[in-house]
Amino acid sequence: MADVAITAAKSLFIVLLVVQVMGLGVFFERKVSALIQDRIGANRAAIFGFAGLGLVNTLVADPVKFLLKEDVVLAGTDHLLHFLAPVLSLVPVLITFAVVPFGDVLQVGGRTINLQAADLNVGILYVLAMVSLGVYGVVLGGWASNNRWSLLGGIRGSAQMISYEIAMGLALVAVVVTYGTLDLQEMARAQGHLLWGWLPAWGILYQPVACLIFMTAGVAESKRIPFDLPEGESELISGYFTEYSGAKHLMFMMSDFVEVVLVAALVTTLFFGGWQLPYLLRDGFHFPWGAALALPSWAVALLQVTSFAVKLVFFTWLQIVIRWTLPRFRYDQLMRLGWQGLLPLALANVVVSALVIVLAAGPAA
Amino acid sequence: MTPPLAWYLGLSAVLFAIGVLGVLIRRNVIVIFMAIELMLNAVNLSFVALARSSGSMDGQVIVFFVMTVAAAEAAVGLAIILSMFRNRETTNADELATLRW
Amino acid sequence: MNPLLFLLLAALTVASALTVVVHRNPVRSACALVLTLCLLAVFFLGLDAQLVAFLQVIVYAGAIVVLFLFVIMLLNLQVEARAMAGALLVGTATAGGVALAVLVVTALRRAAVPAAANPPAGFGETAALARQLFTVYLLPFELTSILLLVAIVGAVALAKR
Repeated sequence: MADVAITAAKSLFIVLLVVQVMGLGVFFERKVSALIQDRIGANRAAIFGFAGLGLVNTLVADPVKFLLKEDVVLAGTDHLLHFLAPVLSLVPVLITFAVVPFGDVLQVGGRTINLQAADLNVGILYVLAMVSLGVYGVVLGGWASNNRWSLLGGIRGSAQMISYEIAMGLALVAVVVTYGTLDLQEMARAQGHLLWGWLPAWGILYQPVACLIFMTAGVAESKRIPFDLPEGESELISGYFTEYSGAKHLMFMMSDFVEVVLVAALVTTLFFGGWQLPYLLRDGFHFPWGAALALPSWAVALLQVTSFAVKLVFFTWLQIVIRWTLPRFRYDQLMRLGWQGLLPLALANVVVSALVIVLAAGPAA
Repeated sequence: MTPPLAWYLGLSAVLFAIGVLGVLIRRNVIVIFMAIELMLNAVNLSFVALARSSGSMDGQVIVFFVMTVAAAEAAVGLAIILSMFRNRETTNADELATLRW
Repeated sequence: MNPLLFLLLAALTVASALTVVVHRNPVRSACALVLTLCLLAVFFLGLDAQLVAFLQVIVYAGAIVVLFLFVIMLLNLQVEARAMAGALLVGTATAGGVALAVLVVTALRRAAVPAAANPPAGFGETAALARQLFTVYLLPFELTSILLLVAIVGAVALAKR
């Protein structure tokens, strides 16, 4: 019984963290884009004169506006599929966070709680499976809209997603070969040791190519600019979610931002140490020059969760800056990059990584 | 108490029979294909249940191969259906029954 | 797995499998197929086959059925007026299907099924499957990769104009 309560509490915590960072992402989208484009951004809505630099507009006024808009009921389409598509877009992305570790352990009342909502030993495969299921939201959304440009956007979007899933999966194979495990918490823990006594052995040092491939494929999966032709604003209006209004549109947009946070979470866990803070072990800081600072276990856990959250916010911000900086790829360029660029590169990376690991392990392996 | 092996095999048999039913009574070739995939999955369930029951991993290895072969077969089969559709403009199995005309 | 949970999921699986073969709209049939495949993945998880369960979702539900949906949408298949064969064939086929199910269940109950022992440690994990795949089943593994190559070449050749 206590185990169920603990798992429920962890799941609630990670969902709340994700939704907060997603909200921050939406706010960044408005304000960072404004800064990049040398304008002010959304600042009109205010509560009793308090505009909060645009926070009130983005985080209060926009969702309320979406929820109060009329839900347009289309004629001549499949209503069940029209209703299911935003759900199938949002739910798989949100439940992927069950395997993302947000801290090491928390020692409370004699129990050691692993700070990961679901401790699967095939965590990476679970992530890939949920990303595969996210394709259905796009394809069914395009189909159920009874609009040939939505269908076109849906088919383009899903073809793009399944193409970049392959590159993403192969980049993950290289990471799995490096760490020897599929469990994300074990990967995060394995990045805790120090190279040459002072350099934290984060994944980016072992697999820089895989990090680049994974980030590119991740941005392509979430159909953000520069890969947002399925949703090409100047061509297909909103692509596969043109005919959605109100709460369903909000769900599609939420799934877009939650996927940004997911890519950020995976990049930090696999390549940037996850919740690791350099030199922080379970009993406190152990600096390489000999000094040590003992900390209680709750403080260590708090520092680790904070470090995870900070890295998450940083990578979300990075994806938003990429969005507002680069122009959009044409569809054939996009497909060529996925199949003829990233896929061979990822395969070569797997071969080279495996060779290096076998040779470095010596003749005993 | 875990469910006995017989329950899993019974479910597999029922799913297989539903797949056979689908192949026999539907006229749309794509739905016939989906019923074939259902039959393959029923057999997969049997293999995994028997692998668990006998403690040997061979059942799961065979499931791995069945999945791969099913993927290859689905790709080629759907390509065939696409090219037949281009010629005949129909996906009705009755009308696609002969190679002439 | 809890027997009650098994019965509930089994009922849901049979219902969605029936939807696949009976529903007139091919897109809804495909969606019911996705549901069936995901439920089967849950059964695999209950049978200690973790790798196979997630492979089922990634390969079957996440790729093969998407391919089916693409073809249905590209051919713009609508709901058909005459989705099934005539009543005589449907009746005979249903009787045949029930008879097949009864036959298979009876045969399995009389067969020598192995005793349900506790599986060894690491059963169903990636390492155990990979060990079998790269030692005992190496030849089928290599042949499967050639098969996939042939399938890719064949599909591209057939689908080109």
